[in-house]
Amino acid sequence: MGTVILLALTGLGLAALYFLVASGLSLVFGLADVLNFAHGLFLGVGAYGTWWAAGNLPGAGPDGFGFVLAVAFGVAAGTLVAILVELVLIRPLYSRTIEQVLVTVGLSLAGVALLQATWGADARPFPRPGWTRQVTGILGAQVPNGGLLLIIAAVLVLGAILAFLRWTRYGLVIRAGVENREMVTALGIDVRKAFTLVFAIGGAAAALAGALGGVYFGTVSPGQGGSLLIFAFIVVVIGGMGSVVGSAYAAVVVGLVQQFVNYYGTSGLGDICVVGLLAVVLLLRPQGIAGKVATA
Amino acid sequence: MEPILTVEELSVRISGLHILQGVSFTVAPTGVTVLLGRNGVGKTTTLRAIVGLTPPAGEVRGTIRMGAQSLLARPTHRLVRGGLGYVPEDRCVFAGLTVAENLRLAERRGSTPAYDKVFALFPELDRRGRQRAGSLSGGQQQMLAIGRVLLNDNRLLLVDEPTKGLAPKVVTEVAEVLERVAESVPVLLVEQNLAVVRRLARDAVVLAAGKVAWTGDAHELLLETALTKSLLGVGSAEAAAPSARSELASPAVARKDKL
Repeated sequence: MGTVILLALTGLGLAALYFLVASGLSLVFGLADVLNFAHGLFLGVGAYGTWWAAGNLPGAGPDGFGFVLAVAFGVAAGTLVAILVELVLIRPLYSRTIEQVLVTVGLSLAGVALLQATWGADARPFPRPGWTRQVTGILGAQVPNGGLLLIIAAVLVLGAILAFLRWTRYGLVIRAGVENREMVTALGIDVRKAFTLVFAIGGAAAALAGALGGVYFGTVSPGQGGSLLIFAFIVVVIGGMGSVVGSAYAAVVVGLVQQFVNYYGTSGLGDICVVGLLAVVLLLRPQGIAGKVATA
Repeated sequence: MEPILTVEELSVRISGLHILQGVSFTVAPTGVTVLLGRNGVGKTTTLRAIVGLTPPAGEVRGTIRMGAQSLLARPTHRLVRGGLGYVPEDRCVFAGLTVAENLRLAERRGSTPAYDKVFALFPELDRRGRQRAGSLSGGQQQMLAIGRVLLNDNRLLLVDEPTKGLAPKVVTEVAEVLERVAESVPVLLVEQNLAVVRRLARDAVVLAAGKVAWTGDAHELLLETALTKSLLGVGSAEAAAPSARSELASPAVARKDKL
């Protein structure tokens, strides 16, 4: 029983990480039709920004408020990069899909190379509060606190995004834009501002995933964003492109399948099962679990 | 009277297809001008070009002016804020949003939304504020699509096939609303239902094969049997005798026909 609880909660921790990356990716694709392969870069910037700030930013550090400050710096850096990417590289290329893919793929490769050139290719130990290295006993299972932190963060981010989408004017614009962007424009709304906003939200969530992923894995490396992005894309497709809640459901399914199959089957089999699940969803329900509705 | 809209030599190419080939016409500053033609001649393309919604792969040439202001190459949201209201074909309400949210989305910063006017025209929208727009009937969705545009002041309304797919009773209701709307703002209407055209339109522009084939008085056009048959593909019975079609038999439309 303890093993099942442990696998379930570590699976949910992984799901939380996937959700943080996938939620922004899904909103960006749903609203702006942009397949952003550079989304992993925002995660990398968040992770390295937090790592750098913990060691260099006055007041920041690996513990207590210092760690919160370091994470805030990492998230701010990821958000800023996301906004700049949208304004400088994506905005001139809206409705030019091939060019967008080329630019974002190129940017993701260049971003990894830049991180490698600056801080080296090897994984570096991530500064994290002492309590995140400890475990908490839940129903007989000793669950790592780092995973629990990710779950709590993902639930808070999900709640914040849903509240934003439901209760704010821009949230309304984004929900409408995910359904029919052209009609939003035809009501006199400059939808491009909403594009920038979803990039900022996505960048912030991915950067937070980078910072908390560093806590979860204990290290930070230039390729981390890219490897997580593959599963985030799978989560987005299974959940429904444009749906935040769909991404949450799909992330839970993917995280749990991976964790349980990898444990009870062969290591790596979980990843194959997730790809199989993706194929099944594409065949039986191509619009994903929730379809193209932002808050469904 | 100076026209509210002037279209000159408008050409639109989309994906290699030359859909509009030098279309020129004007829209009077009052009343309803109807854009007619068989399916596929470019009526919707014309409205979309005016409101700046030609697909990015498309190419638009010519001149479009609202009053003295050139509209071409200006972004759609600016045109709409400048007083160009657009009710698209197939309604295009946001199915996942409630009726109230659909209306709230159309509110513009700096102006007071005219909810009183909209709810006076469509009391149903007030009652169904919390209902998802996707669960409304076709007629209710059409009312929402028109109501959304009427929340703001407009200098010109572009309305694309508002009665398409609607029940006869609802067609009459929509026609009545458009008639009242046209008393205060000029309308460029794309419409296939000739009873509605007869009731609402003063001027007509007929497109054929991407060009203007005829312009003039709408009622004169509908009386010209040979002309309506050749341009619109309908016979005299359909053009001149509304009772021949079920939706034309509605009391309100029939009453208008007698005038």
